[in-house]
Amino acid sequence: MQMIKCPWCGPREEVEYHYGGQAHVAYPAEPAALSDEEWAHYLFFRDNTRGLFAERWVHTAGCRRWFNAVRDTVTYRFHATYRPDEPRPVTA
Amino acid sequence: MSETTSTTATTAQARGSFRTPTGGRVDRTSPVTFTFAGVEHTGYRGDTLASALLADGVHQIGTSIKLGRPRGVGAAWAEDPSSLVQVEEPFPDPMLLASTVEVFDGLVADGVPGQGRLADIADSARYDSRHLHVDLLVVGAGPAGLQAALTAARSGARVALLDEQSEAGGSLLGSDELLDGRPALEWVADAVAELAAAPEVVHLQRTTVFGVYDDGFALAVERRTDHLGGAAPEGTSRQRVWRVRARRTVVAAGAHERPVVFTDNDRPGTMLAGSARTYLHRYGVLAGSRAVVFTTNDSAYRAAVDLADAGVHVAAVVDTRDVAPAHWAVELERRGVPLRTAQAVVGTRGVERVSAALVAPYDRAGLAAGARSSAGVEPEAIECDLLLVSGGWNPAVHLHSQARGKLAFDAGLGAFLPAERLEDLLVAGSAAGTFDLSSCLRQGGASAATALSELGLDVTAVPVPSAAEQPPSSSSSAPDLVWVVPDPSGDSSRQFVDVQRDATVADVQRALGAGLRSPEHVKRYTTIGTAHDQGKTSGVVTSGIIAELLGAAPDAVGTTTFRPPYTPVAFATLAGRDRGQLFDPVRTTSVHDWHVQAGAVWEDVGQWKRPRYYPLAGEDMETAVLRECAAARTGVGILDGSTLGKIDVQGPDAGVLLDRLYTNLMSSLAVGKVRYGVMCGADGMVIDDGTVLRVAEDRFLVMTTTGGAAKILEWMEEWHQTEWPELRVHLASVTEQWAAFPVVGPRSRDVIGAVFGAGGSEDGVDVSNEAFGFMTWQDTTLDGVPVRLARISFSGELAWEVHVDSRYALAVWERLIAAGAPYAITPYGTETMHVLRAEKGYPIIGQDTDGTVTPQDLGMAWVVSKKKPDFVGKRSFARAENQREDRKHLVGLLPVDRETLLPEGSQIIEHREDGVLPSVSETGPVPMLGHVTSSYRSAYLERPFALALVKGGRARVGELLHVPVKGRLVAVEVTSPVLVDPEGARRDG
Repeated sequence: MQMIKCPWCGPREEVEYHYGGQAHVAYPAEPAALSDEEWAHYLFFRDNTRGLFAERWVHTAGCRRWFNAVRDTVTYRFHATYRPDEPRPVTA
Repeated sequence: MSETTSTTATTAQARGSFRTPTGGRVDRTSPVTFTFAGVEHTGYRGDTLASALLADGVHQIGTSIKLGRPRGVGAAWAEDPSSLVQVEEPFPDPMLLASTVEVFDGLVADGVPGQGRLADIADSARYDSRHLHVDLLVVGAGPAGLQAALTAARSGARVALLDEQSEAGGSLLGSDELLDGRPALEWVADAVAELAAAPEVVHLQRTTVFGVYDDGFALAVERRTDHLGGAAPEGTSRQRVWRVRARRTVVAAGAHERPVVFTDNDRPGTMLAGSARTYLHRYGVLAGSRAVVFTTNDSAYRAAVDLADAGVHVAAVVDTRDVAPAHWAVELERRGVPLRTAQAVVGTRGVERVSAALVAPYDRAGLAAGARSSAGVEPEAIECDLLLVSGGWNPAVHLHSQARGKLAFDAGLGAFLPAERLEDLLVAGSAAGTFDLSSCLRQGGASAATALSELGLDVTAVPVPSAAEQPPSSSSSAPDLVWVVPDPSGDSSRQFVDVQRDATVADVQRALGAGLRSPEHVKRYTTIGTAHDQGKTSGVVTSGIIAELLGAAPDAVGTTTFRPPYTPVAFATLAGRDRGQLFDPVRTTSVHDWHVQAGAVWEDVGQWKRPRYYPLAGEDMETAVLRECAAARTGVGILDGSTLGKIDVQGPDAGVLLDRLYTNLMSSLAVGKVRYGVMCGADGMVIDDGTVLRVAEDRFLVMTTTGGAAKILEWMEEWHQTEWPELRVHLASVTEQWAAFPVVGPRSRDVIGAVFGAGGSEDGVDVSNEAFGFMTWQDTTLDGVPVRLARISFSGELAWEVHVDSRYALAVWERLIAAGAPYAITPYGTETMHVLRAEKGYPIIGQDTDGTVTPQDLGMAWVVSKKKPDFVGKRSFARAENQREDRKHLVGLLPVDRETLLPEGSQIIEHREDGVLPSVSETGPVPMLGHVTSSYRSAYLERPFALALVKGGRARVGELLHVPVKGRLVAVEVTSPVLVDPEGARRDG
């Protein structure tokens, strides 16, 4: 069981968290202006990255706050966690 | 003389006769009596079942799983592939090993043929778990592990030293080594005493680290009372799981001796050579009286010499190698033990016990060769009752491998070794392929020092005690790599690779013949390595055999994946306290005890216990629910709705957040008013519904479904935090703080008026329609207790919800019940609530919807705002898929026969003129139009009815359809989902 570092609480066990899918997929500013295809891309299409992937997590059993993480989808290792208002950090 | 008597007599004669007069770690002053296979035996405290039975000359433990061949004790610890037993007393426990079960007074055990039997009585023992955080976890208290733990302890680190055996010492327990000129076990005792006195050290024996996971997490099982039997103290858990989080781990788990496969290598009396040495030194037991030792390496010579010195007649040492180690050859000669080089055991004789080893010149041509040089050569039979085997040693790399450490094949050792240093896990001692005592000690201390200095801790080095000098390397011989001694006749069907699974070399050959190459596939084809021991002795041998048969390098073949647990762990242990009532929390409302008194029948809704109905004497559910429904529609009923989710939404932007999440406008709601709302996902599908009360300009109370309470709070938080963090709004669950009681029915005004109106309470609430309109709320007090009344109806009847602080809820409930007595107020449960709402066509999200249903599908386009520029889900309503005319709509169904209660989930098809379900083989599948989502008997309608999702359902109102029910077609009429009071005349009483 991995330790995941919550940006607010510090390292806590994996079972306290829930996964929230790809990070940095913003809700479109004007959904009505999008074509059906563009809207479908927002709704249904996500990257399926092999390697470092920025994704959302929520500290469900802790502070209940959302944050972002850079995780290697091959090794599962977390390379960074950061607050939603912070840019994706540069990771190796 | 019967056979049973004969067996007993033999056993009695042999009783204790294989026990050495002195020596061993058993406590000869504490005899214990136990029963094995119906025969009473005596052993000593400190014995295992295997050692005590061997002391009585008993080798056979059971019979094998497929072939029924006799099987005995194969080793002295968990690598033993064969001595499976079932403990019967004190509590039935299947699939244990005679070689690891400690004996105690009253133990009753039997051998099992591969499969044990679960207890059919409840386990009264307790199991629990503990957490432990350390700088260094040391796995194994052998020489390397003890030296590592001592180093860490003296350095002031937080240390856990966990070892699976009953006492520390590891390999030293089964030897007569000296350290600093004293018996090595004195050094062990000093080390244990020092660790016991160190404040930051947790040292546990009988504790197996069975899994290592990410970030230094390890699981261990501590067997606290298993060895005590009936003397186990009351209140002490039987076993305990330790959840260890270690910054660094040193694995000093030792090594397992590897057998050599030959024909009939499974007869009782066949044992790993080092294990016989352990039985001698640790338990004071001679594993036999006349031994043949078969080896491919130097290590077995030590066993031969020690056993000979202890009085065993060693009839021969058979070595596959051309040249025996000079040092050991001299030692054998001094004892008169015949040495046979370049020979091998090619078979055995015996029935229930090995009686002879068949020895022939070693045929180096290997398994793949066609003709045998040994064919036709009559092997020599050497009589023996003990056949000791050594094919080398396999370092216990399990934990390293579990931690995803790479392995590499070492041709010199004939074994797989850790091939990389992991960041937080180090391997030391024989687990790392280091086999001489001095090096193990040095490596243990060095590993701890490395780990601690990496953690930035100061290291206090611990002097390494000096071990006896090894024989000079010039006098030793390189080990031979022998997986299988080919059978002279070429018959490999009795050459057992996995003794427990009755899997042979022939099975491996068959697997390769079928085209399988990977050991993972061969494992699953042959079942090798799938028994209790998970291939501790058979795994590497299998890889070796595959490599030999394919002409490949073992490194290229590799091993199967090592997975936790290292040794079997009982489910009861893993469950710990999380069983029965504690398996999942039970949530009860503040009126729970009243419901119990009233004889409620329960429905589990998530973790909540909710009354489903309240049967009177002699009533079944159907009768009770019809009565409760009738009361709510004609008189007055009361429901405990406290489980409804409640979210307190506060802040200047509370209305903005709700506008973005609900399909309708919430910010326009006036203080004092209530509005129904629906939430959708971004895909436009309904995820929850409920009412919203505007409590103040900057405060709303959001009511969710019981099941949606947590989910909707998380949903709102997610959007707020990740998309609109600029909104000044805070969310808090107040589900548990507020009890909620709907008081429902034409007489509800009388009841609410009696309790809260003039003369009832200090405030004297005016409950007339004019003063207290539908979908409004008012705060009041009752004997000083704040109460909120809201005119909300989930049944279509005149109704109030009474909201009150949970602490006062029972008193308020009892006031309502008392005030309702003149009107025969009827408490009703979830079933009646469902019937009442279904009669009005109100959907239950999650029952009448399934994540593919829009508000429009539910016939609730009116709840979708056209004014708001956007809200979550809005853009999706415009998708072509959501515009289709043939989407499934929520409709009502009335069975034409006025009798059939349609089973929920029933499929719906077009009406068939002939009333017969067509045969699929003739016409193909019948197109399905939808399914029944809710179905009840209605007291009001005096007939059964249903809600259903039907393709293009709203356009079908008035049509007849068919619903297959148990092979019969039931005709149904499609109706509006609102079957009771469609004009809404009843809500104002």
